[in-house]
Amino acid sequence: MHLLWAIPALPLAGFLILFLTEGRLPRSVVSSIGAGSVGLAALLTGYVAWQFTSSDSSEFVSSSWTWMIVGEFNVSFRLWVDALSLVMVSVITGVGFLIHWYATGYMSEEEGYSRFFCYMNLFVFAMLILVMGDNLLLLFLGWEGVGLCSYLLIGFFHKVPEFGYAARKAFVVTRVGDTFLIIALFLIFKQVGSLQIQEGLTFARESMPDPATINTIICLLLLGGAVGKSAQVPLQTWLPDAMAGPTPVSALIHAATMVTAGVYLIARMQDFFMLSQTAMLCVAAVGLVTLFIASFTALVQSDIKRVLAYSTMSQIGYMFFALGVGAWSAGLFHLMTHAFFKALLFLASGSVILAMHHEQNMFKMGGLWKKLPIPFIAMLVGSAALVALPLTSGFFSKDAILLTAWKNSPYAILFWTVAVIAAFLTSLYTVRMMVLTFFGKPQSEMHELKKESLWHPSRIRTVVPFGLLAVLSIAGGWMGFEFTSDLFGDKGVHAEFHFDPIALLTLGIPFAGVVVGYFLFASDLVDRRKIIKNRLSDLLSKFWHSGWGFDWLYDTLVVKPFRFIAQTRTNRNDIVDLFFKLIKFLASLFHHILSMFQTGHVRWYAFTMVGGLLLVFLAVVWI
Amino acid sequence: MSVMLLILLLLGAGVVAWVSERVNTTLPNWIALITFVATTLWVLVIWFNGPDTDGLYANLNREWIPRFGIDLHLRVDALSLMLIGLTTFLGIVAVVSSWTETKTRHGFFQFNILWVMAGVIGVFSAFDLFLFFFFWEVMLIPMYFLIAIWGHEDKEYASMKFFLFTQISGLLMLVAIVALVWINYNISGVLTFDYDVLKEANLDIATARLLMLGFFIAFITKLPSVPVHTWLPDAHTQAPTAGSVILAGILLKTGAYGIIRFVVPMFNEASKEFWVWGMSLGVISILYGGYLAYSQTDFKRLVAYSSIAHMGFILVGVYSFSKLGTQGAIITMIAHGFSTAALFMMAGAIQERLHTREMSKMGGLWVRAPRMGAVTMFFVVASVGMPGLGNFIGEFLVLIGAFQKSVVLTVFAAIGIVVAAVYGLSLMQRSFQGVPNPDVPKMHDFAFREMSVMVLLMIALVWVGIYPQSLLQMTAPLLSELLRPTL
Amino acid sequence: MTTALSIPLEHVFFLAIILFLIGAFGVLIRRNIIFMLLSLEIMMNACGLAFVAAGARWAEPDGQIMFMFILALAAAEVAVALGLVVQLARRFETLDIDRAEELNG
Repeated sequence: MHLLWAIPALPLAGFLILFLTEGRLPRSVVSSIGAGSVGLAALLTGYVAWQFTSSDSSEFVSSSWTWMIVGEFNVSFRLWVDALSLVMVSVITGVGFLIHWYATGYMSEEEGYSRFFCYMNLFVFAMLILVMGDNLLLLFLGWEGVGLCSYLLIGFFHKVPEFGYAARKAFVVTRVGDTFLIIALFLIFKQVGSLQIQEGLTFARESMPDPATINTIICLLLLGGAVGKSAQVPLQTWLPDAMAGPTPVSALIHAATMVTAGVYLIARMQDFFMLSQTAMLCVAAVGLVTLFIASFTALVQSDIKRVLAYSTMSQIGYMFFALGVGAWSAGLFHLMTHAFFKALLFLASGSVILAMHHEQNMFKMGGLWKKLPIPFIAMLVGSAALVALPLTSGFFSKDAILLTAWKNSPYAILFWTVAVIAAFLTSLYTVRMMVLTFFGKPQSEMHELKKESLWHPSRIRTVVPFGLLAVLSIAGGWMGFEFTSDLFGDKGVHAEFHFDPIALLTLGIPFAGVVVGYFLFASDLVDRRKIIKNRLSDLLSKFWHSGWGFDWLYDTLVVKPFRFIAQTRTNRNDIVDLFFKLIKFLASLFHHILSMFQTGHVRWYAFTMVGGLLLVFLAVVWI
Repeated sequence: MSVMLLILLLLGAGVVAWVSERVNTTLPNWIALITFVATTLWVLVIWFNGPDTDGLYANLNREWIPRFGIDLHLRVDALSLMLIGLTTFLGIVAVVSSWTETKTRHGFFQFNILWVMAGVIGVFSAFDLFLFFFFWEVMLIPMYFLIAIWGHEDKEYASMKFFLFTQISGLLMLVAIVALVWINYNISGVLTFDYDVLKEANLDIATARLLMLGFFIAFITKLPSVPVHTWLPDAHTQAPTAGSVILAGILLKTGAYGIIRFVVPMFNEASKEFWVWGMSLGVISILYGGYLAYSQTDFKRLVAYSSIAHMGFILVGVYSFSKLGTQGAIITMIAHGFSTAALFMMAGAIQERLHTREMSKMGGLWVRAPRMGAVTMFFVVASVGMPGLGNFIGEFLVLIGAFQKSVVLTVFAAIGIVVAAVYGLSLMQRSFQGVPNPDVPKMHDFAFREMSVMVLLMIALVWVGIYPQSLLQMTAPLLSELLRPTL
Repeated sequence: MTTALSIPLEHVFFLAIILFLIGAFGVLIRRNIIFMLLSLEIMMNACGLAFVAAGARWAEPDGQIMFMFILALAAAEVAVALGLVVQLARRFETLDIDRAEELNG
């Protein structure tokens, strides 16, 4: 008897309790329910994973009730877990629990403490359903559910209108992707006759008609959904704004779990994608373009969370790229390691931000390493993994991706070069972030920092998640990606590490980035003012800073025309109604014309009566 | 027999409520509430007793005016039962939502509500076309009074518009009914208004097309669909809260019901030819309604336009001529009844507290009334089409059914999902989120009376959302009868 | 034809027509509502005269019966009309019918 169903049920129960009590519970109870339910789910996941590895079956199923049956159409609430889902579940519950734990401290002084954990638990539940669903509709339920929670949590501080706009933007932009996804669902149902994932995959493997144009369309639609949720070009614009949410939210939703749902979706629908070269190429291209754009953008941001947001975007770009070149296991591996180190980075930055009284501008920080040693160390570890320094987890996964790209992709040189340039840029912006935040002179605007002893109970809930995540960020890669390569059997490709120039170059690029970054941002060898004053670099920096102008583009092309027409007065009053108003106008016109004959003069009436009588007489006489 | 008693009970309770206002002004409220609770329970009992061997829950067939072949034929199958249940349940919502809103003529107010509901139940169960038309008119007149007497600032205009639209379209239907009966008489020599007989009438296709249009126009006016929707925003905006709840929750469904029950099975061939038009009208309604919803600044008007968009899904579903689409349309009817009733109730509650529906005068209400905020969020999210809640099930089934028929139209309809997100969230943002408006007076949050109804509605929506099978399996046997040889 | 005194029917009708026209012109031309009513009475009496004469000519009682009806009608009319006159006088403080043109469309 495995307790699969209980994994999502626990956060759901947490959500329900917090929802129904309407914030009347004391904070300590709220935090034990909020974080505890996810913690229990994490323990349970460990137990199920242990059962899974020790059993022979390659899937665990937990059926509950029928959702709907209409003719051929049949979906159930049925959980289905294989190794791939289980990795996702572990990341969600494990990292999720650490973030929840951290959040009990981070949010302790905010209003709406209970509401926060309520949403967070709902999120974990929805995310679990997303990865555990046995059919695509259940996946879609989770998919929309996490979108909703993302919306709710970005706009958590609902008194600030900008946050509300950011939340709406996130929801609407991802909804565009979701529409692609749902159309993909329709098409799959039309082709396969079922929305069960496994049936679909079997169909794709065995009876997909050839040439599979339909299949390519399905894949591209799925990619559209994935692009929206995972903030890839061209639907990436919502993610930086989503940083309006509290930092634990950014860590959980916009770094570790939800934004990687797109990667999961593509990995899950692997058999469809394997059939279509075009679709695979598109996936790789989307990843690569995002990677490239986001890395440059991250280089010029001043808000520490926005740097991390763009970095997330580019790292997910790596994952897409990996999937696109067929390095399925490496992509998934990177998903996992990224969840560790990016969560760590976000949480550490959250501590910094909290210490700075919600100041997020890095130019107003500086020299913090002495005052905030723990976040500093955490950030350092996370950065090392992000930059992919050898022996950190990021190194193993990113290296695997780059090497596979070299060995396996159709446009090896182009792909590899772009990816390596981006890796170089990753080092640059990471070093810049670290230097601006922790080194150099403390800036004058700095506030008096709060002083708390290291082992104060309130610190433990910061230190322990940091510690665990740091360990995972380093050691998470040691098991090697053979671990994830099992997920795809022999279908995935991966490259062994050999000592050849390419491998050494791949290895060396991050170091080069770090060194160059040091000279650029930390040493006095380069006159930074000169660079800043240079017109070209100024222009470039503005362009990059705006995220390559995508926001501007969508604003001009879509948002403004939509709003403009919506807000003109005639439109609000409904053009169609004009037709009926015309009828009304004509009716009252005739009314006025006819009523002119009714003067109210009695003698006029008498005249007309006599006149009419005479007319009748005359008519009678004549005829 | 039981359904006739149900109707008579509502009619009788209406008269009693009217008279009782002389005793006490809250007495009519209680009478109406008790009546609706009792009828809801009654419907539930019928529901759980299950259908007889013919799949019917109640059946009554007596002669009424034998000279013209008019019968008193009331029949309740699964589809009718669901809608009757929705009607009595929303009756509770309507009464509770305007518990304190009415300031004058309390008895007559409840009388009208009870009589509208009686008419609606008649519409949902009449299987004689004359009787159907009779009930169709019975439900309109009290509704007119509800808007014209207790409405807001522009009530005369709105009520007259509502009346004219429904009367003219009703007239078309009457002409079509009489013509159908007459033609059938000429063919078969039997003068009858009976649904089952007329369904089998052997019409030539040209006649069928014309008659179908007569019914179709009447029903899409009620639904409403673009281009005959313009009465709805005015009527909804001006109606008292209970009126809006009934109008959006139930009266619109009579149009959808008419299409499903009469247009498609009775003029099957003609309707099948007509599918492109039907679906296109649906898609236009979805997009146009959604877009106009976004343009509105009036809370109620926004919800009203969103209703047009949601009703578009019903047209798309029905004219996809598939099991999926029809089931989706039925679920949409139910789920939309719950979600929109709640949103209109919310609009009424806000208006009662702030004396405005203008969203620019709201803002930041969440701080003042967190419960109302959470409840609104729930129903906005439902109407945006969140999986796990009722509306999604309906819309999803509609779209997946329609996809088999026409890919292009379905894709356009699916764009409506994005538009729904745009206007739904902007409603939320403009009213409840943001900086609390300093001009807004202190407002009290939902208390037990309003909250209990809202909780019931929430439970209902979640139930439809995660266990729609309970409804689907009831209507499944009907589909072949409703869709006829299409399958 | 048995009556001794015999005025030709045409003469009586001629008189009736003249009376009727006098009445009709009175109604059309006078603005004072009292005079309009008087004119109406004249018109009615003209009709009555025509009826009586015709009845006498054919030796039938119908003509006289009709005249009785007309009398009753006239009485009723005067009762109602004088009520209206009083109202008019009160409301508009005049008897000029043209001032009471409130019923225009």
